[in-house]
Amino acid sequence: MEKLTLDKLNIGDTVLIKKINTQGDIRRRFFDIGLIEGTKVTCMLKNSDSSLLAYLVRGAVIAIRKEDLNSIIVEYVGGNL
Amino acid sequence: MKEQYVVALSGNPNVGKSTVFNALTGLKQHTGNWIGKTVECASGKYNYNGIQYNVIDLPGTYSLISHSTEEELARDYLIFNDIDVAVVVCDALCLERNLNLVLQIIEMNKNVVVVVNLLDEARKKKVKIDLEKLSKILGVEVIGTEARNGKGIDLILKGIERVINNKKDCYKIKYDFLEDVIKEISTELEKIDLKKIDSRWLSIRLIENEIGLINSVNEYLGCEIITDKISKLILKAHHILLDNDIIINEINDYFISKILIESENIASLTVSYNDKKYTEKTQKIDKVLTSKIAGIPLMVLLLFVIFWITLVGSSYPSDLLLKMFSFIGDKLYSLFEYVHIPNIIIDVLVNGIYKVLSWVVAVMLPPMAIFFPLFTILEDLGYLPRLAFNLDRYFKKCNACGKQGLTMCMGFGCNAVGVTGTRIIDSKRERLIAILTNNFVPCNGRFPTIIAMITMFLIGVKGNFSLFKVLVLIIVILVGVFFTFLVSKILSKTLLKGESSSFTLELPPYRKPQVFKVIIRSIFDKTLKVLIRAIVVAAPAGLLIFLLSNISIGGNTILKILSDFLDPFGRLIGLDGVIILAFILGFPANEIVIPIMIMCYMSTGSLVEINDLSVLKNLFINNGWNLNTAICVIIFTLFHFPCSTTCLTIKKETGSLKWTLFSIFLPTIIGVTLCFLVTCMFKFF
Repeated sequence: MEKLTLDKLNIGDTVLIKKINTQGDIRRRFFDIGLIEGTKVTCMLKNSDSSLLAYLVRGAVIAIRKEDLNSIIVEYVGGNL
Repeated sequence: MKEQYVVALSGNPNVGKSTVFNALTGLKQHTGNWIGKTVECASGKYNYNGIQYNVIDLPGTYSLISHSTEEELARDYLIFNDIDVAVVVCDALCLERNLNLVLQIIEMNKNVVVVVNLLDEARKKKVKIDLEKLSKILGVEVIGTEARNGKGIDLILKGIERVINNKKDCYKIKYDFLEDVIKEISTELEKIDLKKIDSRWLSIRLIENEIGLINSVNEYLGCEIITDKISKLILKAHHILLDNDIIINEINDYFISKILIESENIASLTVSYNDKKYTEKTQKIDKVLTSKIAGIPLMVLLLFVIFWITLVGSSYPSDLLLKMFSFIGDKLYSLFEYVHIPNIIIDVLVNGIYKVLSWVVAVMLPPMAIFFPLFTILEDLGYLPRLAFNLDRYFKKCNACGKQGLTMCMGFGCNAVGVTGTRIIDSKRERLIAILTNNFVPCNGRFPTIIAMITMFLIGVKGNFSLFKVLVLIIVILVGVFFTFLVSKILSKTLLKGESSSFTLELPPYRKPQVFKVIIRSIFDKTLKVLIRAIVVAAPAGLLIFLLSNISIGGNTILKILSDFLDPFGRLIGLDGVIILAFILGFPANEIVIPIMIMCYMSTGSLVEINDLSVLKNLFINNGWNLNTAICVIIFTLFHFPCSTTCLTIKKETGSLKWTLFSIFLPTIIGVTLCFLVTCMFKFF
């Protein structure tokens, strides 16, 4: 089975971060906003062509481009907020 | 006891840090609801109980683990400067993430005061924070504030005083299996004079192997800190980490995760949420404002409404001011004649300087005084990050950064501010693109020129066509935005080749704008500043024009010689010599381009009293203007070299004369080309 990654969420989905498979700048940026393995995030918004997605992370809503998210493996925990 | 203390103010972006700074120091630094507003360190001071405190406002950062200029700046300031107290301002609504920075600063072993701000917003959203418990856990002063309403500021003052006199033992993050080796390195480090640097903190950074930081520390202490012994201990630490499945590349992650997990634990002990409805409300608004169908149209509509209010609102005061100034001008003239001031001086004063100044005030000021506050309210509300959110897909296609949408909007207020604002863009390449294209959106100083052209030549002076006028103005702006994308794309494919890099954009919750404060602030800070700048620039310009038009060489005035020289080129692109000259002389401030044209035309022809736009229109028509000229003036206003302030800012931000010159030529070449094409079209049809 293919692993679920953060870019594949629908609005309202809440997941736990399992693994961040990326290096360099973007990894640091994820840490800055508090996105680490074990963090709970909820998908909040998508822009008009779903290339930019916004997530609720530790109380703040943060937008990240879709292509930066496919390296983050997540696990579904369910429902709205 | 010292007589002066230094207080450093730090915090995440957008937590009201600048508001706290203003409240402490009384300085009016503009605060907006977007990320990275404080891109330069501001400083101020206050007195409390007879002691002076100097306050430094550090750039807003999420952490001190450097990857951006701001974070490095903030970190280095905290380490290498003699700071007595570090105040960390936090957002009560997302304390957990803010605690990350708090713990990092506490780890530096500074005197820390934690300010939990925006308690009013938290109360509204039913978020409760146990400040006392937080203070107990962290071992530092914790103060709750509502800085916007001025609540809690006195508590900050007291808190700062308290920590200076009495430092407590504060929270220490334990790094499990590394603790022993950290202690060993610390003991070793303490053998040298570390000045104010904490040995435990430095030990951890050495294990992390942050080379940039280590070099700065070496330089600061004037010695090599990594001795053979220490280097062996670091190696030992790396082995211990390896034994625990942490490879060298992931050492950083280990320390960061540790801090984040501690933040999570502390937050879970001190914060309770009783209501989820409000985030849902923000989400609902956002879903509409960023939706597929409505997002972009709503954006344009909003722009339309703002400009409509600006145009309608400013036409009456403008008319009134023009009539008043012309009346005063007449009286001044008579007065000066009455006291027998030589005619030539009266000419300089009244027909030169006074006319330019009164034009700037009457025609330029009302639109600015209305547009600025409206724009600021939009900023305060938190709409601009949403705008960037909507526009990112287009910037992405241009291989540029989505945050460029934000800095582009800042350009509407002032291009120099927009250029400085590009510091929020991490990638150097994308930042340069944002800097070079910022000038393509017309700033506040250029709107009135465009509006005047539209009014006089495209719509007609008389009659109420304000809706139509706004429509034309919006089209002009959209042309500017279109060129922002086009040029960004071309730059990404040629001079600044590269793929677009990753970024994160925070969408802060909407905040109720402080309408009254915004209006006061805009008038006193912005509008008056612009007015003073215009006066400072316009008065000498008026004098210069007067001299140029009265000193003759070989029978012709210098002004005539200059404008005749520029005329053939001007005609080629639908303008004339005077217009080109006006844009060149208007380099220090775009606001005075039209006044310079008026002065030039009047110095050669008959003297007219400008108390109405139709009189002005006639003056222009008498000097050979037509629709072609007006359209080309609009195009050239939109696309020409940035004003001197913006050029200086570009030089400062890029640190490169080459790019500054490029930023001057790029829009000018586009403007000349477009004007030429338009003129050709006019000739053929």
